[in-house]
Amino acid sequence: MTAAESLRAAAATSIIVKDGPYGTAIQNLGLTAADYAGQIASNHDQKGNNDILNLTRPDAIAGICNRYIAAGARLLATNSFNANRISQADYGMEDRVREINLAAARIMRDCVDAAIAADGIQRWVAGSLGPTNKTLSLSPRVSDPGYREVTFDGVKDVYREQIDALLDGGVDFILIETVFDTLNAKAAAFAAAEAADALGREVPVMLSMTLTDLSGRNLSGQTVEAFWHSIRHVKPVAVGLNCSFGATELRPHVQALARQADTLIMTYPNAGLPNDLGAYDEQPETTAGFIRGWADEGLVNIVGGCCGNTPEHIAAMARQVAGLPPRIIPHPETALYLTGLEAHRYAA
Amino acid sequence: MQRENPSPAAPSSRVDLSPAGSGDGASPLPAGERSSDGAAGPGEGLASASFINIGERTNVTGSAAFKKLILNGDYTAAVEVARQQVENGAQIIDVNMDEGLLDSEAAMVTYLNLIAAEPDIARVPVMVDSSKWSVIEAGLKCLVGKGIVNSISMKEGEAPFLAQARKCLRYGAAVVVMAFDEQGQADTAQRKVEICERAYKLLTGIGFPPEDIIFDPNIFAVATGIEEHNGYGVDFIEATREIRKRCPHAHVSGGVSNLSFSFRGNEPVRRAMHSVFLYHAIAAGMDMGIVNAGQLDVYDAIDPELRELVEDVVLNRRADSTDRLLAVADKFKGGPQKAADPAAELWRTWPVEKRLEHALVKGMDAFVEVDTEEARLTVARPIEVIEGPLMAGMNVVGDLFGSGKMFLPQVVKSARVMKKAVAHLLPYIEAEKTEGASSKGRIIMATVKGDVHDIGKNIVGVVLQCNNFEVIDLGVMVPAQTILDAAVKHDADMIGLSGLITPSLDEMVHVASEMSRAGMTMPLLIGGATTSRVHTALRIAPAYEGPVVHVLDASRAVGVAGTLVSDTLKAALVAETAAEYEKIRIQRAGGGQSALVPLAQARENAFPTDFIAHPPVKPNFVGTMTIDDVTVEMLIPYIDWTPFFRAWELHGNYPAILTDEVVGASASSLFADAQVMLKTIVAENWLHPKGVIAIWPARREGDDVVLFADESRSSAVKRLPFLRQQIAKRDGRANMCLADFIHPEADWLGGFAVQAGEGIDVQLARFKAGHDDYNDILLKALADRLAEAFAEYLHERVRREIWGHEKGNKQSNEDLIRERYTGIRPAPGYPACPEHSLKTHLFDLMNVEARAGITLTDSFAMWPTAAVSGFYFAHPESAYFGVARVGPDQLEDYAARLGVSRERATQLLRPNLD
Repeated sequence: MTAAESLRAAAATSIIVKDGPYGTAIQNLGLTAADYAGQIASNHDQKGNNDILNLTRPDAIAGICNRYIAAGARLLATNSFNANRISQADYGMEDRVREINLAAARIMRDCVDAAIAADGIQRWVAGSLGPTNKTLSLSPRVSDPGYREVTFDGVKDVYREQIDALLDGGVDFILIETVFDTLNAKAAAFAAAEAADALGREVPVMLSMTLTDLSGRNLSGQTVEAFWHSIRHVKPVAVGLNCSFGATELRPHVQALARQADTLIMTYPNAGLPNDLGAYDEQPETTAGFIRGWADEGLVNIVGGCCGNTPEHIAAMARQVAGLPPRIIPHPETALYLTGLEAHRYAA
Repeated sequence: MQRENPSPAAPSSRVDLSPAGSGDGASPLPAGERSSDGAAGPGEGLASASFINIGERTNVTGSAAFKKLILNGDYTAAVEVARQQVENGAQIIDVNMDEGLLDSEAAMVTYLNLIAAEPDIARVPVMVDSSKWSVIEAGLKCLVGKGIVNSISMKEGEAPFLAQARKCLRYGAAVVVMAFDEQGQADTAQRKVEICERAYKLLTGIGFPPEDIIFDPNIFAVATGIEEHNGYGVDFIEATREIRKRCPHAHVSGGVSNLSFSFRGNEPVRRAMHSVFLYHAIAAGMDMGIVNAGQLDVYDAIDPELRELVEDVVLNRRADSTDRLLAVADKFKGGPQKAADPAAELWRTWPVEKRLEHALVKGMDAFVEVDTEEARLTVARPIEVIEGPLMAGMNVVGDLFGSGKMFLPQVVKSARVMKKAVAHLLPYIEAEKTEGASSKGRIIMATVKGDVHDIGKNIVGVVLQCNNFEVIDLGVMVPAQTILDAAVKHDADMIGLSGLITPSLDEMVHVASEMSRAGMTMPLLIGGATTSRVHTALRIAPAYEGPVVHVLDASRAVGVAGTLVSDTLKAALVAETAAEYEKIRIQRAGGGQSALVPLAQARENAFPTDFIAHPPVKPNFVGTMTIDDVTVEMLIPYIDWTPFFRAWELHGNYPAILTDEVVGASASSLFADAQVMLKTIVAENWLHPKGVIAIWPARREGDDVVLFADESRSSAVKRLPFLRQQIAKRDGRANMCLADFIHPEADWLGGFAVQAGEGIDVQLARFKAGHDDYNDILLKALADRLAEAFAEYLHERVRREIWGHEKGNKQSNEDLIRERYTGIRPAPGYPACPEHSLKTHLFDLMNVEARAGITLTDSFAMWPTAAVSGFYFAHPESAYFGVARVGPDQLEDYAARLGVSRERATQLLRPNLD
């Protein structure tokens, strides 16, 4: 069985729990600049470069992974959200992108394989791809709306480098997450398809969109439905929403996606909305309670946490959804859908 | 197109036209049905239609006008063409740049990127149309959504066809497949069906979703005089029927205008041919088409004689059909032409009261004077026009605003219409010498002494006027006595005070105590950016006997003012507010604030700036420099738009706000108006930005930064005292002070002052004279943004050239907005150095008045208001922070360092004292 098949099989009978965020967990470790930098010689301060920790503090990353496994997470994402050439340029680490991703994948693979060996429960590793800090569909210059800071091919190549390394490191899936610009995500998926061609095998992809306002659009202006129909050609193993806001605010948009998408629905919201100081106060049982509500409503197949969630939150979620039936994947009628920022259905 | 053309499927003919088996009862409208998805919630926002019309107006091969725009490089106008198409109901935008004189790939990319930036265009899908694959692929790389490729075919054989299809699949696009193979274009029904079926099997074989396949089985010209051509219409229709049967879920499309090619110049006949053809082709299963909606008639409305003859031609029903049609074609040539634009002009036929209401709600002033005059002639006294239709219209506006269906920019536009109408009536009313309309209440409004900011006050004034309050606006820098006198003279119902800078808070307290002293009891409203409920409760309310209410924004102002003039509701609001403020006072008195540490201890916990890793960078320039080579045009790219929208009470971040479900339409419209005005500002040279910067040799001494005349640092020219945070900090967090970022031995400090308001008065006077609050506020808000943009621009120039402490790649505007650069530019009066009087030192040092034309008021507000000033700190670790509360020890210390009395220092630091 391929990883995609085994995930679908497992998800047919239960709700799969995904892990929580690495950013929040790393922050809570209170690492010093020296921890970040390790033996790396650079003119740039590495503090805040969470991805470099795969090289300099693999023990810390493995520790977080193991805490999520212990909490009950079965889908584990790599700590590689910003491990791409564009984002790493901020730290002068462009040339170590391959190394970082290889390490990120191997750390997760080792932890997950060890856990499987110990209790025989199937688990999966998803290679995380963040959105980068450049956007393909918007101009950064107000007076020049036709200008683009990056090109489709450029972004695609940046993702290809990351994907190749993650796959070499042994990830099961490529997780394109926190999609604020659907065109960036399309470039990432394109790169994954090219990587699959090169390897001569399937490279299953997961996609997760993030909303920038409560009306349910991402930064490039797309609605949830438009996003789904814009990326449906990728045939993702799972599609969903992450980050954005807390579970309460996200719920109507999860509902909209769950109605449309004929694949697994994966959601990992923030632990509520941040307080005035930017910290998250929502308690594990509260977040897990909302997730439970989604599960009761039959909206979700995979659940986890984004910003502000801790292993305690994930454990609470795992307790809440244990034994509950997963969402049944719908089979929408066949029709031509086209999208701009909104989705348009054309009856056949 | 929908407006211009009643579609062939008029309501009465809808059912007849529905193709067999479509079953949804929807009309096969050649003129696309408008998608109606604006207000729907998630999941309900899907537009649908059973016939998709694709316009040709953004196609250089289909529109001569569009081709001309693109060849001339007029992309702005070319984008407007797409906008009109969408506004008129187009469901897909077809973009074609196949023109020998063009770099088609570049033109495709430029155009698609430009329309992607227009949310009201970008909401619909794009058809990337080219005969060149490289152009199509370049286009696909720009599409955020799922569009259509037009087209691919088996012309070059199966392998290239499948390679292109795989690419389409990978980019995520539907595809138009031409009925074209190695032998050529299919003409007979049989060949059309064969080729399409073969393509269908190949495509579904590689996993292409069948519903994403659209066949174009070629529509060729009929009635050309060549006998074999007579069957082309029937061939297409028959092939369509068969393709739909054999290729489940696939679609059929075609370019309809080809059909009537031989009747060029005879539009009535062509329109009839298109309509008749579509009537039959849609019934056979054609569900998409390239049709110029202006070239269609309603099937049932075609002259029966013409329809019969055309039907004979299209369906090839008799051998002499072409001749018979030709014989009478000229008779119809001058026939009934297209109707006028009914939707747009319909409202002009309404009764005058409805027209006035419509103009007010829509904010359109083109006809307001004509309509007002017409209304005046129908009533006994001119005042009745105001009390009747105009007030009724404004009530509608007020209700829409109150219920969140209209937003501030629209309300201000409505007010402009209202003012124009009233201005027209005023001479007649005065001639009659009667009292003005009875208003709900009279309110005195003023920006307090020492402050010059009035955007917010003007907005509140407009909104109150819209709601039938009489507003007496005393302007800016108004002394307390003037306010009191005006209130008495006009027998005002209440007073509204506004201010933006922190010293204005004290001035408001002063006005309140003066009102008390004068024995007044009327309500006092407080508003403006630095005011707050807490400050109002703690400082202003206790100074005045009468009711004091803090009003958060313009939308609350109406409710509060309305309640305060109501006999029945006033008492409750006054009591409620008083109780709420008392509660705040009790809470504050009971502590709950974080503890302060002694100043000495805070100093021990100063920020340990790392001067070893990052020693001070010697500036390329030391001294003072006037900046007079900057134009508005240069500043536009540096504008941070988010605060612009906030000024209009539209909340959300740019550019997402433009597509926001709730305020998006309003924000986009405002943004468009702003762009137009920016162009005029540039073209007509309205504003003249001016600035000055200086860099001084400096060193840190305690919490002071001492500035020197030269690099010897022997003769000090100024000592600038800075404030230090005194809040107790967690371990590892410093008690910050700006002086910490300056080296104790040899360093440099910069200063700047810029303005973009010179020249504004002339224009504002013009707007005032035209009763145009909307443009008045718009220009002020833009000038503010330009001043901020100037500060951003100049900081970049200082970092990169004049000082030269920043290396590496240039940042994007977004990076600048998020302050991702080296060094900071804190301004006196803002959180890191909250004490405003430092501005006087800064201004003296740089001779700002002479060099940049900015002056300071008694309260240290800058004039013109569109101005920014501050310091430059170059150290890479320097960061913004808030000083927040300071203790009595620092007050004492600061007074000594600044060289002022304790009383004066208390006054200056009041917002930061307990």
